[in-house]
Amino acid sequence: MKGLLQRELVATLRTRGSVINPLGFLLLSILLFAIADPGVRDEQSKDLSSVFWVLILLTNMLSLDAMFRRDFDSGALEQMLISAHMPFVAILARIFVHWLGSGLLITLFVPLLGLLLGLRPEMFLPIMLVLLVGTPALSLLGSIGAALTVGFSRGGAILALLILPLFLPVLIFGNASVAAVVSGQAYTAPLVWLALCSSVALTLAPWATWAALKISVEMQ
Amino acid sequence: MLDNPPSQTYNADQAAAHDNEPLLRTSTLVCQRDHQDLFEPLDLTVMPGDCLELLGPNGSGKSTLLRTLAGLHSQFSGEYKSVGLVYQGHRLGLDELLSPLENLAWFSGLQDQALDRSEALRLLARLGLLEQAHTPCQRLSAGQQRRAAIARWLMAPQSLWLLDEPFNALDVQSQQLLNELLSEHCAGGGAVICATHLILQVAEKTTVQLQPQSGSDL
Repeated sequence: MKGLLQRELVATLRTRGSVINPLGFLLLSILLFAIADPGVRDEQSKDLSSVFWVLILLTNMLSLDAMFRRDFDSGALEQMLISAHMPFVAILARIFVHWLGSGLLITLFVPLLGLLLGLRPEMFLPIMLVLLVGTPALSLLGSIGAALTVGFSRGGAILALLILPLFLPVLIFGNASVAAVVSGQAYTAPLVWLALCSSVALTLAPWATWAALKISVEMQ
Repeated sequence: MLDNPPSQTYNADQAAAHDNEPLLRTSTLVCQRDHQDLFEPLDLTVMPGDCLELLGPNGSGKSTLLRTLAGLHSQFSGEYKSVGLVYQGHRLGLDELLSPLENLAWFSGLQDQALDRSEALRLLARLGLLEQAHTPCQRLSAGQQRRAAIARWLMAPQSLWLLDEPFNALDVQSQQLLNELLSEHCAGGGAVICATHLILQVAEKTTVQLQPQSGSDL
């Protein structure tokens, strides 16, 4: 387990661009929204939370395509299929490190994003909590699509078509949570639903990803 | 079939204990690609110590046969049964961002074992990669990458090796070294199935010539 995580972390650190570029995309696009429509910064605006979540989904999509691509091209994926002692753990290590570089990183940048969107500082912590609970589902569900499309040389567009519908529950409850936080209402109920999305994804997605990877490797 | 992958946990000690058990057995195995049979039905039995040289023209299904035996190809008829194995395809299975040593550590981790660092360095030294042990694989030459992949088989606890043209990109000395390593592995109770266009320089070997399917219904 340690060896697996270590490898993923080292490999991610050596391709920093794959983490920094999506984050830059998120920062810039939120900035663009704030410039193009100053009304979005109004706390009464209903748009804010939906814009926020849609951009997070799109940012996540950007980094998904690379999730298994390098392993597929180098043949490391074949070795994983043949030799993995515990496939579930090997897949989960990869998804976890993807989440560290996407979901967790975005969560840590919430104060900065919040400033761009004109949120009051006391909202930062609740929104960070919402993201912490919701973003694991994105990496987990996304890994299924990434595994299915890894065999296509240009799988990006198909990946989006496959995965965005799967992201819908996360979008709905995530949006509801952030909207509740911003309007000062209780946000526990949507947050619990969001946690449910993540835990269901955690139990099912690694198996689906494993099966999808097998299909992709067999198709070549 | 995929649902019944070959048993994955089989180490050298166990292999020695079951000296009379075949490591691999196929009966009337035929691989297909796009619903076309690739070769005549194959009956193989691989015992510990066997070295099988797999010959055949391009497109005769050598790679597909090895992929099938490794569980990576599901279009086949007939049966096969195998112990845990090491597979080396055309893709080396090395992460280019990681050094040879880190790749070995990852591979050990995959099999839920801790890396024996001194053993790994000893093997890399034997393969002439000691200086490159900490260099990311993308900065190694094609032949050096090949040799780094060889270290992975040598580290693996499995005793059956499936090798798909392992001599590619190797210089003359490395080819000789690889022949020596294969001989040693077989002498130590391991077994090798090697698809190749170079004739193996191994003392005791069996040659299997893949016959392209004659009754091709085109």
